[in-house]
Amino acid sequence: MIYINTSLPPVSRIGRMKIVNTLLLLLFASLSASAADPEGVPPPPEPYCKWEMVNYAIPESLCGLQGEAARGELIVSDAAKGNCLACHQLPIKGVEAYGTIAPPLSGIAKRLSEAQLRLRVVDSRHLSPNSIMPGFYRDPSLINRPGKGYAGRTFLAAQDVEDVIAYLVTLK
Amino acid sequence: MIKLTTSRLLLASLILLLAGAAWADKEVKSGYEYVKDETRTMQDDDFENPGFLAVEQGRELFNKTPDSGKSCASCHGEQGEKLDVKSLARYPVYDKEQGAIVRLEDRIRNCQEQQAKTDVLAYYDHELLALETFVRNLAKGEQVNVQTDGEMEPLLKKGDELFHIRYGLIDMSCAHCHDMYPGQFIRGQRISQGQGNGFPAYRLDTGEMANLDLRIKQCLTLMRAEPFAPDAEESKLLEAYIMSRSNGLKIETPAVRY
Repeated sequence: MIYINTSLPPVSRIGRMKIVNTLLLLLFASLSASAADPEGVPPPPEPYCKWEMVNYAIPESLCGLQGEAARGELIVSDAAKGNCLACHQLPIKGVEAYGTIAPPLSGIAKRLSEAQLRLRVVDSRHLSPNSIMPGFYRDPSLINRPGKGYAGRTFLAAQDVEDVIAYLVTLK
Repeated sequence: MIKLTTSRLLLASLILLLAGAAWADKEVKSGYEYVKDETRTMQDDDFENPGFLAVEQGRELFNKTPDSGKSCASCHGEQGEKLDVKSLARYPVYDKEQGAIVRLEDRIRNCQEQQAKTDVLAYYDHELLALETFVRNLAKGEQVNVQTDGEMEPLLKKGDELFHIRYGLIDMSCAHCHDMYPGQFIRGQRISQGQGNGFPAYRLDTGEMANLDLRIKQCLTLMRAEPFAPDAEESKLLEAYIMSRSNGLKIETPAVRY
């Protein structure tokens, strides 16, 4: 004890206070971050596949993946995944609360092709620059202040996006 | 003469009515107008409103005497009655000495350091939130009155810019929800205008008190964004701007909000 006391420079009262404050703050920040965390686990880190917009559509599937409609239906209603229901109405049974800020998606596949749907899910900003709709596969380098653990990630994994597209094309 | 006056009055009220209809969408509305009926009932009843626990805790801390012998109450009165409620309604203010925006929690921390000469409570500490709630509650019913001219003008403009920048993986700005879609639903929750007049408020979502800065932080975290540090300039600019949008609304602290 004595050895420590003599060898270390004296820590001022304010300095000690600052350390305590910082520790408290860190503790609180981590607590509140977990409390306020959008119930989501970040999508697994995976290399970002570049995609190409052709005529306001994305004809090629992301990373060449094949989507599965049944999985897509789960993703659109999962609050921790796509959470499309937060804003859109969708013809899914047993859902009580829909958002009202975006157009209902019943019959969307009658109006838009698969390639057009893909651009809207991937990054609708190309169609409507001030849209509130998140880009679910937007280039991660364009994201401002990504939270801890989210840097370099897309909102959904490429497979999830393809599953959602596969589901949306069934809405005829 | 009487007829002329009456017709003038009629014309004037007609113009007012038309103007009112045209501005109806832009009208500044408290978050109170957007929460559920039962939430309003909870807020209006001092015994049901959990925020009053914070007010009471704040009152105790306000009267707690530190080693220096100088409590908040020593200067401001046991019930804070020597504090000017009109000044409280001005927060956040521009402090000429510091050359910076000072929020109510900053002022309390300054007092702790310089007057009470006690340990300064960390931002978001329950005790600091309670003190802020108690003090702000003294001005309940006063109209929010943030300075918008002079030194504040360019600062509020910066805050306005921050309000319109997209943040985080969900990539939305404050304005996307609170300017474009108030009154609409995100799943079961109604979007408010994001006004500051009710804060510090009790939040049903977290079951805790939040001051405006913490509420902004919680929003940014929800956007999967990296929130600004509580004493970062951005936090102060955003809070000042958001509170200035609430000018004219009555202070409701402690409000009950989702």
